[in-house]
Amino acid sequence: MPLYSTVIRDRFRRPRYRGSIERPDVSGEDVNPLCGDRVRVQARLDDGRLVEARWTGDCCAISAASADVLLEMVTGQPAARVRELTPESILERLDSDIRPSRMKCVALPLTVLQGALAKEATP
Amino acid sequence: MNLGERCRRDFPILSRVVNGRPLVYLDSAASSQKPASVIEAVQRYYETSHANVHRSIHTLGEEATELYEGARDAVRAFIGARGREEIVFTRGTTESINLVAQAVGRTLAAGDEILVTELEHHSNLVPWQMVCRDRGTVLRAVPVLPDGYLDLDAYARLLSPRTRVVALAHVSNVLGTINPVARMVEQAHRAGALVLLDGAQAVPHLPVDVTALGADFYAFSGHKMLGPTGIGVLHGRREVLERLEPAWGGGEMIKEVWIDHAQWNDLPWRFEPGTPPIAGAVGLHAAVEYLGKLGMAQVSAHEQALTALAMEALGRIPGVSLYGPANPEMKGAVVAFNVEGIHPHDGAAALDLHGIAVRAGHHCAQPLMKRLGIVGTLRASFSVYSTALDVQRLADGVAGILGEL
Repeated sequence: MPLYSTVIRDRFRRPRYRGSIERPDVSGEDVNPLCGDRVRVQARLDDGRLVEARWTGDCCAISAASADVLLEMVTGQPAARVRELTPESILERLDSDIRPSRMKCVALPLTVLQGALAKEATP
Repeated sequence: MNLGERCRRDFPILSRVVNGRPLVYLDSAASSQKPASVIEAVQRYYETSHANVHRSIHTLGEEATELYEGARDAVRAFIGARGREEIVFTRGTTESINLVAQAVGRTLAAGDEILVTELEHHSNLVPWQMVCRDRGTVLRAVPVLPDGYLDLDAYARLLSPRTRVVALAHVSNVLGTINPVARMVEQAHRAGALVLLDGAQAVPHLPVDVTALGADFYAFSGHKMLGPTGIGVLHGRREVLERLEPAWGGGEMIKEVWIDHAQWNDLPWRFEPGTPPIAGAVGLHAAVEYLGKLGMAQVSAHEQALTALAMEALGRIPGVSLYGPANPEMKGAVVAFNVEGIHPHDGAAALDLHGIAVRAGHHCAQPLMKRLGIVGTLRASFSVYSTALDVQRLADGVAGILGEL
């Protein structure tokens, strides 16, 4: 039995959305208290839609894969839809059993993105 | 048969199978496993003698008190304290340190300095940050050098008449560095400071004589030294404890109470408000007996040999970097390491698939991680029941980590 699903291993090895954006409309970062990992997410918005999103961070394979599939899921989507996402929807994409102790690793990129969007929404 | 193989049979949990493989438990620095004698002592206490201690005028109360105070005597002898009044039972190292921070903190004034080091566990750092917040004292830290030792020249420079407290780990929980504490205590005392030593990673692994070390306070936990969780010890020098106000109030810590004031109890009970962890003390007594029978010099030699073996075996694996002193004789029973390109949590999860339990992450020492420029490490740590086979299985597991991802 492999340690993580094919999706996690693939996204960890070959992330599609890793990087940064020169002039992002929203950006945010936070730390996983479990491990001190830091994840940063940046995005450009156009007419309330996320048109481009990138992440960076020194983090574990689960957080990295979670960030990568999350940004794939949200690119092109209205910000309002992103606010409704839950870690479970990412978990489904990751196609892996994740222990409760590592659920924070799954949730961190989503928390960071939602926090960044909330910051943008408050004038 | 060596010490590890002999001891293994005394620890029921070590016969467990995890993920289809025999358990290899290498997380003893976080919490050690318990021998049957400790488990049985706690169970026997609950089955035959449990009652509240000190003021229960009935047979069970007398028995519980005798057991609780008997544990104090055993701990006193184990760490070489001068008297039983110097042994305060707490819930653990963290509570012991907070007790000192609260009690000593009250005597400090704005501008006084507290000196810690960069390799402290958060439990010997955050309580002092809180004192600084409340009292206006200043926190200073002795740097850690790249080879894992404290910068002792900087230590000498940082000590000044303003230094009121030095709070320092005896053994680093990450790097394993055994700090030259006897000498550092002497220097601190010359500067007029009180010294607290965090002995959480020392008492389970090395012969410790608190009187010879000379620190004013020495804190450690039961659960890292084969005892139960929820019991810890604060050793305080009698002369220092006598002049401190208790940190916390409650029952048990008083002689007489009026509606508007109270008279404190004698040492050590003055610092033990409320019902103490009686069963924990009983279990700790059994743990101290177990370690005492093995002999701490033998325990230390056994664990040092395993540390050397692990450093050698892991150091041979391509992509593995080790942290802390290169000389295993200068280290406690821990080996911190990383595998290139692998996050420590992924590494630990991969090892767990093979039944190998190691610690991963910042080990509650984030300032040290920042100093080392890393997010975390993997950490294998040993106890009396660890064996060369454990080390071999660890090395095999680590060599295979890259293939898991």
